[in-house]
Amino acid sequence: MSMTARADSAIPAESASPLTRRRPFGDRSFQVLCLAAGLLVLIILALIAISMTQQSATWFTTEGWSGVFSTDWDPAHNAFGALPFIYGTLVTAAIAIIIAFPVSIGISLLLTEVVPRRFARPIVYVIDLLAVVPSVVWGLWGILVLAPWLQGIYQSIASGLNGVPVLSTFFGGQGVSGASFFTAGLILAVMITPIVTSLSREVIATVPAIDREGAYALGATRWEMIRGAVWPHSQAGVVGAVLLGLGRAMGETIAAALVIGSSATITTHLFNPGYSMPAVIANEFGEATVGVFRAALIGMGVLLFVITIIINLSARAIVDRSARRSRGA
Amino acid sequence: MMAIASEQQTVDLREPSGWRRTKNQLATVGMWIAFVVMLVPLGFVLFTVISKGASAISWQFLTGSIPVNVLPVTYGGVGPAVYGTLVITGFASLMAIPLGILGGIYINEYGGNHLLARVINFFADVMTGVPSIIMGLFIFTIWVLHFGYSGLAGSFALACLMLPIVIRSTYEMLRLVPNSLREASYALGATKARVTLTVTLPAAIGGIVSGALLAVARAAGETAPLVFTILVTQTINKNLFSGPNTALSTLIFQNATQPYTGAQARAWGSALTLIAIAFILMIVARLVTARFARYDH
Amino acid sequence: MEQQEQKVTAKLEVPQTTTAPVSPATEANKIFDAKNVSIYYGSFRAVTDVSIAIYQNEITAFIGPSGCGKTTVLRTLNRMNDLIPSARVEGEVHYRGASLYDKAVSPTAVRRRIGMVFQKPNPFPKSIFENVAYGPRINGIRKKSQLEEIVERSLRQAALWDEVKDRLNKSGLGLSGGQAQRLCIARTLAVEPDVVLMDEPCSALDPIATGRIEDLMQEIKSQYTIVIVTHNMQQATRVSDRTAFYSVLRNEKPGASDTRTGVLVEYGATQQIFEDPHDSRTQAYVTGRIG
Repeated sequence: MSMTARADSAIPAESASPLTRRRPFGDRSFQVLCLAAGLLVLIILALIAISMTQQSATWFTTEGWSGVFSTDWDPAHNAFGALPFIYGTLVTAAIAIIIAFPVSIGISLLLTEVVPRRFARPIVYVIDLLAVVPSVVWGLWGILVLAPWLQGIYQSIASGLNGVPVLSTFFGGQGVSGASFFTAGLILAVMITPIVTSLSREVIATVPAIDREGAYALGATRWEMIRGAVWPHSQAGVVGAVLLGLGRAMGETIAAALVIGSSATITTHLFNPGYSMPAVIANEFGEATVGVFRAALIGMGVLLFVITIIINLSARAIVDRSARRSRGA
Repeated sequence: MMAIASEQQTVDLREPSGWRRTKNQLATVGMWIAFVVMLVPLGFVLFTVISKGASAISWQFLTGSIPVNVLPVTYGGVGPAVYGTLVITGFASLMAIPLGILGGIYINEYGGNHLLARVINFFADVMTGVPSIIMGLFIFTIWVLHFGYSGLAGSFALACLMLPIVIRSTYEMLRLVPNSLREASYALGATKARVTLTVTLPAAIGGIVSGALLAVARAAGETAPLVFTILVTQTINKNLFSGPNTALSTLIFQNATQPYTGAQARAWGSALTLIAIAFILMIVARLVTARFARYDH
Repeated sequence: MEQQEQKVTAKLEVPQTTTAPVSPATEANKIFDAKNVSIYYGSFRAVTDVSIAIYQNEITAFIGPSGCGKTTVLRTLNRMNDLIPSARVEGEVHYRGASLYDKAVSPTAVRRRIGMVFQKPNPFPKSIFENVAYGPRINGIRKKSQLEEIVERSLRQAALWDEVKDRLNKSGLGLSGGQAQRLCIARTLAVEPDVVLMDEPCSALDPIATGRIEDLMQEIKSQYTIVIVTHNMQQATRVSDRTAFYSVLRNEKPGASDTRTGVLVEYGATQQIFEDPHDSRTQAYVTGRIG
């Protein structure tokens, strides 16, 4: 088979069988390179799980399951119960999400339903600005500015609520401090607001316009339209966004480490100092040079890793399922 | 009262009844309150950082060596920390950005519907939610325990943080490139690698670069991954690869709990510097997106 | 043969074909030779049992109703169907005597010889110059002077040079539809292919732009072999030497879903297809009763 090249062709004439050429080496190696880069994700995640579990093994073997989850944390006396920190992590994250949820939903609804498009842009920029402030700066401001200011407020509230049945268990008590569960929860709320807001906006934006128009056509007010048309569609997605915010709140380390009060106690008094898993790891790791102490801190890291992965998986699953359903609807 | 009188009926065209209207107004007010609630801490923190930090900033501050905590802010500066942040974050970006882009290319261009590609995509997403402290602990167990503290270890930890972010944003941008461009390139006899590198990637480059810049901004501000890997020190360490190092974020973390006003002032100045760096990166990212936005459909 | 029998009573005005009578169909002239080609997407049979030969320096038109597989067959000729993972080709396709789907054949090399222009103009988001220079560049041509020469020649061939010669550095995205399509044609011609495949190149364009491209096709016919898929029967009569009429083989089983498998109904000189169609389906289509 021959292929006559044009007489005036600038493109070099080919060899005898020009149609047959093996796949160029460069093409194949590029594909391999890309694949390797992708695999890196799986490799790193696997290594994280393996190496950290390995390093924390002595904690589990020394303390046993009961020890690991006991409330007794006293490194000086070889007690490494993690319950106070698990408690603190859950409590601060809960406070964060309770505060952040209505605020985030409010802002996303504001952006999607109320504000005209050209004003939405600057508001989104402001939210991004909120997101770009580093965790450590929030912590710095928290401990040097917010906590001292809140201390006085906490004290007034606590003394004011003296004797009030339910409220005083949460907001009363002695020993209130500016650096406390509540302050940490507050700062975490500010930090997770941008992500919950942007995810909720994405979800709300997938609500089809015809549903909105249908509600309006029935004479609904905007709020009624939101409740009737937007909410049912975006419910699951918003739940997913909230879960992701929760995961973020649990993992935020430095801000919590600075303002939580560094006291490994379990108490319902939210204005009292407390501790959380990431906070204790960050604060005490320097001191934990060997042995079970360090293993305990790394072990709490493993717990944190597992918890946040589970939360992320569930969040993605919920968001995907709702997106699929609304697309098919 | 607006009413249209026909034979016997009148139609009331006023606003809906009081309670419905009130609920609607309350809801709208509530949304605006939410917005203000978000603005308050942001404004407060920016105001504090700027007012307390601006007075500290000077060329000497940004380059001078770190004095003992007792000394006021007029002595020395945070030079080593600035250097550390730039170098550690820079090296981390050097590793994470190319690998992240290649990973994103794999998922979108080569992965197709294969299970492996979907698994990688899924776990890259999961990995973006892993707390940064885990990355720090991870590199500690896998590197520091064997090779000691160093800026390099810090870079590894930051790179682990940045990698999934860059992968995801690259993937999202590549998805937006219309298939007709790829087809045109194939039809001219280009191999897949060529198509990807000469047509697909350039078409998406604006969004990819902007996503990468945002990842860098995030990494520059991170503290937890560094706390476990660089063993914060006070003196400048020009050697990234061995010996403890320091960074702006870790310096702020340390000085936040110091009682001395000098140390605290240095923390505020560093905070302002950090925010400025992150802010500049964010603005450049926006400019890049706007410059290349002509291609978005 | 000049038989002008009126086989059909009600007949749409079919314009006289203006192209010269085709050259004799010989083996030496055959560029493509497809035998019993069936194309599958997964288990769906898109096209069945197509046998057709394309001859050198002719313009061959594929016509037929939507969904009858014309584009699928076209894309088989330059192995573009390879890009769809579930696509499968059975039968034989020979290009200048060599089997196109042989295991040893590189699709990349195939596409350097058999170019394609698409339905919707798809210029790269690069400058006009870079769009046209893209093909030569990947063929190894680096010297600026050579590239400039190729770009100018290709743009002239595509009848676009005069309009863009002063703004070669501007983006290709800024051109009008007709200009963009001519840019894509210039881009294809720049690699000096042997064959140019065109998939409804004018369907997104206005009549004036369409006319310019049709003139272009006539001008470059002597150097290239062209296969064009078109919905526009008038276009087929205006430009093509041979026409292939495809249609849909309906699945007659009651209750079965309407699986539209494409089939080649009739193939011959354009004049014959339109003035003296042999198959009743062809007749029905070209006189406007169906399609």
